[in-house]
Amino acid sequence: MNFDYTDEQNMLRDSIAKWAAGQYDFDKRRAALASEDGWKANWATFAELGLLAAPLPEAYGGLGGGAIDVSVVAEEFGKALVVEPYVPTVVIAAGALAHAGNEAQRQEHLNAIAAGERVVAFAQAEPKSRWSLNDVSTSARKDGAGYVLNGQKAVALGAPQADHLLVTARTAGGQRDAKGVSLFLVPKAAKGVSTRDYPTMDGSRGAEIYLESVSVGAEHLIGAVDNALPLIERLVDEAKAAYCHEAVGAMRMMCSLTQEYAKTRKQFGRAIAEFQVLQHRMVDMFMAAEESYSMALRATIKLGESDAERAKAVSAAKVSIGKAARFVGQAAVQTHGGMGVTDEMRVGHYFKRVTMLDSTFGNVDFHLKRYMALSETKAA
Amino acid sequence: MNLEFSAEELAFRDEVRAFIEANYPQHLKGKGLREDLSKADFLAWHKILGKKGWSAPAWPKEYGGTGWTATQRYIWLEENARAETIPPLPFGVSMVGPVIYTFGTPEQKQRFLPGILSGEVWWAQGYSEPGAGSDLASLKTRAVREGDHYIVNGQKTWTTLGQHADWGFFLVRTDPAAKAQEGISFLLIDMTSPGVSVRPIKLLDGGYEVNDVFLDNVKVPVDQRIYEENKGWTCAKFLLAHERAGIAGVARSKRNVEKLKSIAKSEIGDDGRPLIEDDIFRRKLAELEIDLSALEMTELRVLAREQAGKGPGPESSLLKIKGTEIQQRLTELTLEAVGNYAQPYLRDLPGGNEFPVGPDYARAAAPIYFNWRKASIYGGSNEIQRNIIAKMVLGL
Repeated sequence: MNFDYTDEQNMLRDSIAKWAAGQYDFDKRRAALASEDGWKANWATFAELGLLAAPLPEAYGGLGGGAIDVSVVAEEFGKALVVEPYVPTVVIAAGALAHAGNEAQRQEHLNAIAAGERVVAFAQAEPKSRWSLNDVSTSARKDGAGYVLNGQKAVALGAPQADHLLVTARTAGGQRDAKGVSLFLVPKAAKGVSTRDYPTMDGSRGAEIYLESVSVGAEHLIGAVDNALPLIERLVDEAKAAYCHEAVGAMRMMCSLTQEYAKTRKQFGRAIAEFQVLQHRMVDMFMAAEESYSMALRATIKLGESDAERAKAVSAAKVSIGKAARFVGQAAVQTHGGMGVTDEMRVGHYFKRVTMLDSTFGNVDFHLKRYMALSETKAA
Repeated sequence: MNLEFSAEELAFRDEVRAFIEANYPQHLKGKGLREDLSKADFLAWHKILGKKGWSAPAWPKEYGGTGWTATQRYIWLEENARAETIPPLPFGVSMVGPVIYTFGTPEQKQRFLPGILSGEVWWAQGYSEPGAGSDLASLKTRAVREGDHYIVNGQKTWTTLGQHADWGFFLVRTDPAAKAQEGISFLLIDMTSPGVSVRPIKLLDGGYEVNDVFLDNVKVPVDQRIYEENKGWTCAKFLLAHERAGIAGVARSKRNVEKLKSIAKSEIGDDGRPLIEDDIFRRKLAELEIDLSALEMTELRVLAREQAGKGPGPESSLLKIKGTEIQQRLTELTLEAVGNYAQPYLRDLPGGNEFPVGPDYARAAAPIYFNWRKASIYGGSNEIQRNIIAKMVLGL
């Protein structure tokens, strides 16, 4: 057993913290989010710091790291409230290429992702699919050597910033069949792709994506035709593990912001931190954040195990972190009193972020059911 | 003992239901409280009720109340929740009105009560200060007597919808030497007075509903003080107990449970069947309904006591705590129900109507969830309510 980070990982953490303190403080972040292109300078910095290259294979411009490196980035991003589309691009899209792309696809896209020249959004959810990865109505019809895509994708995070979309589409079978799902990497500029962009509750961006007779060549298919669901499950589990670490970073910040506030805010002639009912609440918040870190780390370490083991560990983390984040977020706001519900305090923005993370790729209930389905719960 | 409505009560229910149906403004139907309502929208129903004599059912009849029994008032709230009306705001009718008819002079009653009943005058609350929240009695806004006026200086905060207010009721310190609760007075201030400025505070859901109010050498005639000088805390406590009684929001929560059920019927759950058939979701919904039944029955007991002539006491703190917990739980379940479509932030987004993003019921789910965290903070935080029960009810 060894839970130590390497020197390189510690340096990665420090470099992000240093950048965030100088270039991504509350006001600079707000200004960047409010402008159309504000994210671009940040993305260029992520490339310079090696954050985009960190988990990618060395043969394609990467640094050859892995899930632990991603978890370090994600935790720091959680602390700094970074909402640029890192996970869709680096974990999901680059992961898809690294796991299942062919040589030409890797050469074309991984180098570009590592260099900060390519941003990819994951166009997976559909208006009625909720969080079921197998529920795919968008169709990809074989047409000569290529495919023609039709359908609507919902709440694709990062799509407004993206130049490419990683699209799940059905090449065979019925709407909820496990078999028949395929994965395509589609340029957003392709004919027939249109988007309706919007901000999201946590300051990020998303879009509805409409695919109308979008023709793509066979070179846009990633991995095996009809059999992409296991790959998609794996990619989404890797993304969820990263988001869990992000939630941990955000929770730790909410804990420390709340403690600081309680130590300085005076009512009834003393700091409110002296009231035992608030002390116990802050202790519960601290414990929730610590256990969340344990569960996130456990999920990340188990990402390399069998599909079932990986899925169980990730769903377990999503359940405990979803519950913990709701508790910590609500308790942090409550302890800040009226100030906690204002836009001007940092704490509310962390609360919004962790709430949106819970509803990304399945909330507590979804993962509780997934965990139960993967566990032996029969009497005999 | 029984829970049935009598034939007369059923007839009353039919009467008010028909009145609401015939008189509630068409253009406001289905426009929930969470839309960005204009001042006219907020006042429309209040003004209609004012003409009918139904804007303040809880007031004594001599001051313009309806003389309804507690059961009739309960029915009235139920029917309004059912029709999703935009009710008269609490600041006039539920807060300052009862203070004025209980503690005011005959002249003050005559001057201020009619505008509250008719909805012509919009009232705002000036209680909290940046340094005086839960510890309200530590407030610092200063009023110095100069002849027949006070000169008021200070800052109030969390003034809900103060941007629309014509008048405000303020707690100010008139004797800085006295013990905290003993040097406070209750003043009515014309919001157009020179020196009054209102600054909106943006909340985390993106909306503007509370304000800072700055008072800079504001001249307030002494005849706008309610009750005796330095006895304002008596009015303040009386008002807070009244505020808490209405804060449970049982009828609205019952209506929101029905709305949540209809969302859960439209939403597809994780297994491809309607969400309402999902075992985990159903269980949570059932637990919420049961909690709401407990609150409703408790509120009915409090109402019955009131009908017997005992005003709201410290037990109204129970209604505030449980009522707001249930309201917040409802917002959590609604957020969960809408799935991915909790994420888009569509306020002010151009083209919202031509190109809808997700189902209509989803767009406000997250903003309401975030906004409603205020409920366990305002009106005396739920921690303070527990302190009140511990001290006043349990004698601890």
